[in-house]
Amino acid sequence: MLLPTPVHSRTFAACRSFRFKDWGGYLAVAAYDPSSEVEYYAVRHGCGLFDVSPLRKYDISGPDAGAFLSYLTVRDVAKLAVGRVSYLCWCNDDGQLIDDGTVTRIDAEHYRLTATLPGLHWVDDRASGFNVTVSDVTDRLVALALQGPQARGLLEQLGELNKLRFFRSRAVRLAGLDCYLTRTGYTGDLGYEIWADAADGPALWDALLAAGAAFGLRPAGLEALDICRIEAGFVLNGIDYRSALQCHTAAQSSTPYECGLGWAVDLEREPFVGQAALRKRRGEERLFGVVADWPAIEALFRLQGLPPTIPSAASREGVPLYDGDGCQIGRVTSRTWSPQLKQYIGIAAAPQAHAVPGTRLQMEFTVEYQRRQVPVTVTELPFFDPPRKRSR
Amino acid sequence: MTATTRYDAIIVGGGHNGLVCAAYLAGAGRKVLLLERRHLLGGAAVTEEHLAGFKYSACSYVVSLLRPEIIHDLELAKHGLSIIPLACSFTPDLSGPGLVRWPDFARTHDEISRLSRRDADRYPEFGKAMGKMGDFIRPLLMQPAPDPTRLPRRLGESLSLLRRLRKLGPRGLAQFVQLMTQSAVDLLDRWFESDRLKAPMACSGIIGTFLGVRSPTTAYVLLHHYMGEIDGAYRAWGFARGGTGAISEAIASAARARGAEILCEAAVEKITTRRGSARGVVLEDGREFEARVVISACDPRRTFFSFVGRDQLDDDFVAQITRYRYRGSSGKVNLALDRLPDFSCRPGRGLHLQGDIAIAPSIDYLERAYDEAKHGAFSRRPYINLVIPSLTDPTVAPPGKHVMSAFVQYAPYQLAEGPAAWDQQREAFGDTVVETLEEYCPGLKDAILHRQVLTPLDLEREYGLTEGNIFHGELSLEQLLFMRPTMGWARYQTPIQNLWLCASGAHPGGGLMGAPGALCARRLLEEHYL
Repeated sequence: MLLPTPVHSRTFAACRSFRFKDWGGYLAVAAYDPSSEVEYYAVRHGCGLFDVSPLRKYDISGPDAGAFLSYLTVRDVAKLAVGRVSYLCWCNDDGQLIDDGTVTRIDAEHYRLTATLPGLHWVDDRASGFNVTVSDVTDRLVALALQGPQARGLLEQLGELNKLRFFRSRAVRLAGLDCYLTRTGYTGDLGYEIWADAADGPALWDALLAAGAAFGLRPAGLEALDICRIEAGFVLNGIDYRSALQCHTAAQSSTPYECGLGWAVDLEREPFVGQAALRKRRGEERLFGVVADWPAIEALFRLQGLPPTIPSAASREGVPLYDGDGCQIGRVTSRTWSPQLKQYIGIAAAPQAHAVPGTRLQMEFTVEYQRRQVPVTVTELPFFDPPRKRSR
Repeated sequence: MTATTRYDAIIVGGGHNGLVCAAYLAGAGRKVLLLERRHLLGGAAVTEEHLAGFKYSACSYVVSLLRPEIIHDLELAKHGLSIIPLACSFTPDLSGPGLVRWPDFARTHDEISRLSRRDADRYPEFGKAMGKMGDFIRPLLMQPAPDPTRLPRRLGESLSLLRRLRKLGPRGLAQFVQLMTQSAVDLLDRWFESDRLKAPMACSGIIGTFLGVRSPTTAYVLLHHYMGEIDGAYRAWGFARGGTGAISEAIASAARARGAEILCEAAVEKITTRRGSARGVVLEDGREFEARVVISACDPRRTFFSFVGRDQLDDDFVAQITRYRYRGSSGKVNLALDRLPDFSCRPGRGLHLQGDIAIAPSIDYLERAYDEAKHGAFSRRPYINLVIPSLTDPTVAPPGKHVMSAFVQYAPYQLAEGPAAWDQQREAFGDTVVETLEEYCPGLKDAILHRQVLTPLDLEREYGLTEGNIFHGELSLEQLLFMRPTMGWARYQTPIQNLWLCASGAHPGGGLMGAPGALCARRLLEEHYL
């Protein structure tokens, strides 16, 4: 039985397609309309409102909160100033990735950590010996992500943002409700995430939608989110890498370096979980982007006498990646047609030697049950990174 | 003033085709200069602000045919291009709920079923048949026109065309010939019974031509519009974020990044020739530039008669260009609105307003509109194609306000009193459009904050579109493929050596497609003219 989120009454009523997904045990809308295209375009041109309440949220407070998070994760969180947000990941003792998320320093001794998958026990178990309280506040908070170029204009109608900068946070009153705002998101666009008391969820939703009409706002579901996050080159736990907690063999796991998160790892400091292993082993693979040759895809459709068609949703089914000799050397874990770039793009992983930008590889592509290959070019991530994301 | 710099290519006119051509040539390392008469680039693909905060896509207002190859090749997304597809096609009605055609099959079936169950079932089949014809014609759009009049030289191309024709099969071939010669109504009558479905569908057959829905050859024009493709999803049309001008800006930015030099407010007065060969241009302000080739992104008549001069051309060619038909038949009315209009047949702010909206209640309505135009008057109840881009792209209007863009047909360039009479009839024409719309959305008049009326005469004077034809010459069958603009000169070259054409007056024709610009550049480079 899936759980409702705090704004379930609103999302359920707005969902005309009746297409829902299981997101970590919660009922989440896949697409509000029969086609998610309108939602995607709202995010890139106006703004989209995502109910991200199923995201796991852990509040960590106490005198040792900063020291504990520095120990748990790969970043020196204690250095983070109040009102700042940091993106990070955490590993097990073998340096194998468990999850990724953001941490916000709400107050001197109060942090909030988000996680993709349920994993309270892992966080809680590491806390012994630290003077901290770890509490799962997932159900106590509503989390709404307002993403897109018009997001700032909309929020300014509802409250005083004081020019909140990229990866900063602050408490604000929006439409008369106490909220906590972070300039973060999972779309690679200008955007904010709004955290508030679960009971205020419906009122907040209504206020945003009422003001949003003038800003091209649309409720948007997970299908649109998936396309956006692939364009932005963001990895997804369970799709682009596997949490060490769910791996059966070491080969299934990844290090942060292998998932494009190496930049977040701060090795030279006090000990943290996985530090020793990460010093020794960075891993053999690298994460990168691939862009498929569209004419080659068209040709595969033509072979079957069909016009080329593009699924409106991203594919989360991994496909093999081959080198020029036909040897399987890696995989494409997420792929989608990018409506913004007019390109077929994917997030891929392969050994370092193949991950050089400009390298030509072959990706499996299926048309009418026929497995074929199309040429792809290796590129750096992200695919789409508009200046407005960071703009002041 | 004497010329100081010598370029590989000078492009006359900064419309989207000129810009595309400049970007490709500069990308191949050629030294390119592009000259634009106005203060802004884009030609008919411009965004203009007449009332603060309201951005009109003054002329061209939707994009469908911009080739995906061009978007990739020129990396237009990186240069800021972002296209938002139209959600649907809405045909409001004075009695009844109107018709909305969605990209979603089931919803469209539902909608058409209200008019005719039989039509609803046939509708997808029609799409498939047109798709098949489109597949046949589409490759022709991306290669220079096959020219049967020069068979020996172009044997390979002509053979491939013949092979393609054979692949259609006898029935397909018959359908193809019918399609090329029929009227839009003839074609639709073979498929559908409901007038209310056929009327909005037939409109694609008349846009930009001075023909009625019952005139022969309009079936082909209908197909031509059917072939718009975005995202490889056929028949999808879209808005550019920031208005149509954003497309031109993205292409211009790509051209500059590749090293092209672009000058605005540089009106060309003359294309200079020596012994039958183009050698450069002289601007109205006296500046001179020289180049190995001169490429005109203006329409054929302006190019040959205004810039080159009849005295430089042989009589036969002059006669052909004189006969080349423009006959602009449409105008544009752009409105800045204080609030969103409410259509009485489907009130409220639904997704149905986020597509194109056609005022085309019946075939007879459309034919009657044409009748008035034939006799030199604008239609009293015209066909209107309406979009409200501010609903999908909030950047074009202040929050809560809207812009509405109305393409209006028929507004014949040749009024009974002569084209100059448009200056007296402009406001009456604007009033007619607003009154027509008011019937469908009561209260619209009171919401209007600003109105821009563009008559065919304005299109000619302001945007350089001869006789106000939005396609640089009618898109009728006898002016297409190897006959565009004239027999024997359909491959971008002209009787003047080193003078080329790269815009909508060349194959494959008009629309926000960019193909003539890209093809012209390709031919120049591949065949080593440059």
